[in-house]
Amino acid sequence: MTAETSEHVTQPLPGTVQLGKEIERSRGPWVDAGRRLIRHRAAIVGLVVIIAFILIAIFAPRLTSYTYEEQNYLAVNTAPKWVIDVFPKMKATGEEMGYVRVNNDYLLGTDALGRDLWTRIIFGARISLAVAFIGPLTSLLVGTVFGMVSGYVGGRVDNFMMRFVDIMYAFPTLLLIILMMAFFRASFTQSEVGTLAYRLNKIDAAFGGMLFIFIGVGITSWMDTARLARGQVLSLREKEFVEAARSIGVRDTAIIFRHVLPNIMGPVIVRESLAIPRYISLEAFLSFIGLGVNPPTPSWGSMISEGSQAIKSYPNQAIFPALALFLMMFAFNFLGDGLRDALDPRASEANK
Amino acid sequence: MVQYFTRSLLGLLFVIFAVSVITFFLMHQIPGGPFAREKKLPQTILDNLNAKYKLDDPIWKQYVDYMSDLLVPTITTGPKKFSVTDDHLFNVKLPVGDETTVRWMNFGPSYTDRTRSVNGIIQKHLPVSFKLGVASMLVAMVIGIPLGTIAALRKNSTADYFSMSVAILGVSIPAIVLGPLLQYVIGVELGWLPTSGWGSFEQLIMPAVSLGFAQSALLARLTRASLLQVLNEDYIRTARAKGLHGSQVVVIHAMKNAMIPVVTVLGPLFAALLTGTFVTEKVFGLPGLGQYFIISINQRDYATIMGTTLLFAFFIVVANFIVDLTYVWLDPRIRFD
Repeated sequence: MTAETSEHVTQPLPGTVQLGKEIERSRGPWVDAGRRLIRHRAAIVGLVVIIAFILIAIFAPRLTSYTYEEQNYLAVNTAPKWVIDVFPKMKATGEEMGYVRVNNDYLLGTDALGRDLWTRIIFGARISLAVAFIGPLTSLLVGTVFGMVSGYVGGRVDNFMMRFVDIMYAFPTLLLIILMMAFFRASFTQSEVGTLAYRLNKIDAAFGGMLFIFIGVGITSWMDTARLARGQVLSLREKEFVEAARSIGVRDTAIIFRHVLPNIMGPVIVRESLAIPRYISLEAFLSFIGLGVNPPTPSWGSMISEGSQAIKSYPNQAIFPALALFLMMFAFNFLGDGLRDALDPRASEANK
Repeated sequence: MVQYFTRSLLGLLFVIFAVSVITFFLMHQIPGGPFAREKKLPQTILDNLNAKYKLDDPIWKQYVDYMSDLLVPTITTGPKKFSVTDDHLFNVKLPVGDETTVRWMNFGPSYTDRTRSVNGIIQKHLPVSFKLGVASMLVAMVIGIPLGTIAALRKNSTADYFSMSVAILGVSIPAIVLGPLLQYVIGVELGWLPTSGWGSFEQLIMPAVSLGFAQSALLARLTRASLLQVLNEDYIRTARAKGLHGSQVVVIHAMKNAMIPVVTVLGPLFAALLTGTFVTEKVFGLPGLGQYFIISINQRDYATIMGTTLLFAFFIVVANFIVDLTYVWLDPRIRFD
């Protein structure tokens, strides 16, 4: 912040030769935000970690010589030497009371079915990242539209729509999402060929069970965004520039999309980026309780669930995916904080 | 005021009603029934079972039957034998006649465990989940609120940065990560606390911490932001100008107002903790109700699904209701329209 204020102070006096003046002028709010973001060190660390995860997720097949579903019955519950050294209570066969078979072919060891942990973790990054991007997108789409319509139309419609949001708020959404996941999983797999349900199930199966997670996440997470968008629209609606637009005969849809939407995007994006870790952990939670992705598609949640059954003997099976999940959520939290400071400086003033 | 409470109370009842309707119809839509086996039961047996549990009735009739069993109190006289179909949560003996008892809330029999009623399952396993939920809520508040307060009072100091780092750590570490991690480090490696089981105080610590820690981070951030805002208000300056002690200003003047946003999240927070018990119970092998909720869905045990869902929904909604009340108490300016 200090660097920026000094920039304004040291602006050249009028009349002096101003190199780069044009650039200074064309600098829009987004460029400003970008600069603030780059100055935020923690956010950059987060961003780098996320990019690393994205690269790993994209090039996952090239980073391993196994597939995530490949089971090697000769290498069940093995661990390489270094893993056994890291976890003091793990004892390799040959030592006194040793029980872990050493197999250095697998970087992080294998699980109870003889599948490579490293491979499953890097493929699991795909699921978490997909949720991290599509979760906010659905919430953004549904919530913003709902909130904007409610706020812009106003009156009785607004009242009705907001009551609905209130009810959804009080609703125990996690119970609902669990029931819905069970419903989707069971009913769509038994649907007849040609129906919509059948097609949805095909899409879902193609993505390893992710579609239903997206639907579930979307249904339960748009209310915050809707409230925020509505509040913003309510205050913007009375602003002069909107009035001006209306007075020269701009249609409502154009006003909403051209004049109101760009102005509410900042706070909404901040909100969504701060919510990303929540989406990631929601997916992990669903997979953990067995209602997330379809096995054998790897998800960190289901890996932790399987691994924690044997945490006393083979801690590596739960701890490594847990660390991956932690690292990703940490990175997104950092980035979210940075984005908030960059896009919503007024809000972060209060926090500073 | 009265109007305000009546309205929140009506809202509460409406939400529970909506939950019951949605759950009932959704669960009956899930293909497969409680008696679907991999090896199919003979048709006659299936027919008999369906008839016994009235699964042949139209769905709306089943709903009405279920709800009336649940909500309409019955009065019985004389001693009562235990029966899974007729087991009530509340039994109040009346002073008149011999053994005249008002019985209320019959959750029906479990469909998959023939020897138990849903009421029996609830009575046995709910206390576990509830205790865990309350304990983790305490953990969240005891860690979160002081941490946020210190951070706000010593703004931009090392203590501030430290507690905000802890907070960022906390929100990044959900129970499914912290649970196994604690279990391994403290339970297995250091051997300080038992890794699983239920009953003793030691066995409660790790589950409660793993569940409550993430929420404590949220509370810390919120407390800090809200207290900072309040400390900038004019009336705080006035209080200081009057010559009150720093601690007096904070405790008496600032904290009450700073807690308003904190209190508002306690309701959703308790809901998150209660549903979070599903995970923690599984990691630490606790005999809680959350497990039953998940298992009953997978087994299409209709009565158990309904019973557990309604119960969880009830607690969540009541927590929100209590928050509404506290809110009014904390901030009398809140309008009642």
